Amino acid sequence: MKIPQISIFVSNRPGRLHAVCKSLADADINLLSLTLADSGEFGLIRIIVSNPEKAVEVLSESGIVATVTDVIACEVSALKGGLAKLLSTPAGSLQIDYMYAYPTCNQKEIAIMILRFRDPDEAISLLEKAGVQLLSRKELLV
Amino acid sequence: MKSSCWNDQNGLFLPEMSLDFMPVERLKQVQLQRLQATVSLAYEKVPLFRSRMDEKKVKPSDIKSLKDIALIPFTMKKDLRDTYPYGLFAAEMKQVVRLHASSGTTGKPIVVGYTREDMEVWSQVVKRGLLATGYTKDDIVQNFYGYGLFTGGLGVHGGLEALGAAVIPVSGGNTERQIMIMKDFEVTAIAGTPSYFVRIIDVAERMGIDLRTLKIKRGLFGAEPWSDGMRDYIEERSGIKAYDIYGLSEIIGPGVGCECECQNGIHIFEDHFYPEIIDPETLEPLPDGQEGELVISTLSKQAMPILRYRTRDITAIENTPCSCGRTIRRIKRIGRRSDDMFIIRGVNVFPSQIETALLRAEKALPHYQIVLDRKNHLDTVEVKVEVSRDMMSDSMSDMDALNKRFSHSIEQILGISVLVTLCEPGSLPRSEGKAKRVIDNRTQGGSL
Repeated sequence: MKIPQISIFVSNRPGRLHAVCKSLADADINLLSLTLADSGEFGLIRIIVSNPEKAVEVLSESGIVATVTDVIACEVSALKGGLAKLLSTPAGSLQIDYMYAYPTCNQKEIAIMILRFRDPDEAISLLEKAGVQLLSRKELLV
Repeated sequence: MKSSCWNDQNGLFLPEMSLDFMPVERLKQVQLQRLQATVSLAYEKVPLFRSRMDEKKVKPSDIKSLKDIALIPFTMKKDLRDTYPYGLFAAEMKQVVRLHASSGTTGKPIVVGYTREDMEVWSQVVKRGLLATGYTKDDIVQNFYGYGLFTGGLGVHGGLEALGAAVIPVSGGNTERQIMIMKDFEVTAIAGTPSYFVRIIDVAERMGIDLRTLKIKRGLFGAEPWSDGMRDYIEERSGIKAYDIYGLSEIIGPGVGCECECQNGIHIFEDHFYPEIIDPETLEPLPDGQEGELVISTLSKQAMPILRYRTRDITAIENTPCSCGRTIRRIKRIGRRSDDMFIIRGVNVFPSQIETALLRAEKALPHYQIVLDRKNHLDTVEVKVEVSRDMMSDSMSDMDALNKRFSHSIEQILGISVLVTLCEPGSLPRSEGKAKRVIDNRTQGGSL
């Protein structure tokens, strides 16, 4: 149920985001989601891609620093209170480093949230116990 | 296993190596005789040396003992620049067979020349360094010092050829190809700048190649100061023995001195280069064991004899016996250069202190650069640090914590606050494989 997410360290300079995207595009890798956290001097680009193993290889070859971390994809209700409900489960009191919404085009009632827990294994067991629907890597790709 | 002149690893007598083991009294006789010849040559052929000595009313015949060297005026880097290009040459150009020059990043380059005899001496001293650190003619050596005007590449190359090793003159740059060659050519030993080898280690790890599994046994590193921490880092990460070779173009290039397998100081090839330590403030000679600025006089150079050259390197002469048995004296490894030092808010700072702080914080040796600036009449220090894959995290708070660990560690050592900026690998400039550690943007009138 763990989804490999790639995090990329980039200096906050014009053209760096392009360099990252271009090396992935040249290798035929599709970006499924992208978020950017920035701290002034540098940024962390977090992406979920069609082929994470190849992506890391390609980035590495271009001298770009990247790491792979496990995140969890949860289905939540897209209606009011959906996220609040997820976080009211016991897993909501674990340490969450960050979260973001995963783009879904054809779903009106279901949203997908990507969560990065400090301890993903514990989170998975708590979420499953609470009946939260977790998506596998395959399901995300569809 | 230590090699000695009487029973080296091939069981053969090597005359050039025996020079390292000369009885001290004999060595002093050789030094005095050569010093007298060098002073006479410099006085007769080089107007600058003659006028400086005349000013102090010193004649070559006044040099009656080695101590009398203190009568001779110092030579500075500025003298080499002011006499650009050939003003300090004692030989005629028809005798000169090689010219090298500094990169000249701070104005005109300095030019140095060699006669055929000088070239012979140069390759012999490098060879003695190679023998002292366990290189043999069976080695396949990858030389990634820069080839060209810089003395590093061709200087070490000459010694390797004299030794009879198989030299790969790959020069610097193209790190992935360097690693491919190391592996495919079954390289057994290397030579180059330590900062570039740290880069090679990082790239190899990224490529999934463990240098410890290759055949490389040893490396000779020089051309820039490198700390003991950096040595530990190199030895641990690459599984080789890392030795320090010392030299400077003004004197001959690499091969002024070299460590032996004991790794406890740099033996100076004293029969060709006479070392002294002076107090950089009072310019008075200091006794062995005391730390100060290294001053070197050439004892056999023909094309360009140099008298009492102020190297700006801070070290001390160690005259205690080395367990290798060499009688030539050692200097402590150079940790700092007096002209690398910068003064920030009244505190003297050496780049090596920053290096120590980074190593302490992260047990890793990232490439770094120090940028000095002045904002609202206040000096600022920014330390730019390249982030490697090992240091990186996907969490912003971890990255902030990394930044704080670096700045805290630096502040503990220097006692002043600094701004640490994390940046991408490869984004900080490097010249000729030599790391440029300090950029001073302060617009101060005049310099030292």
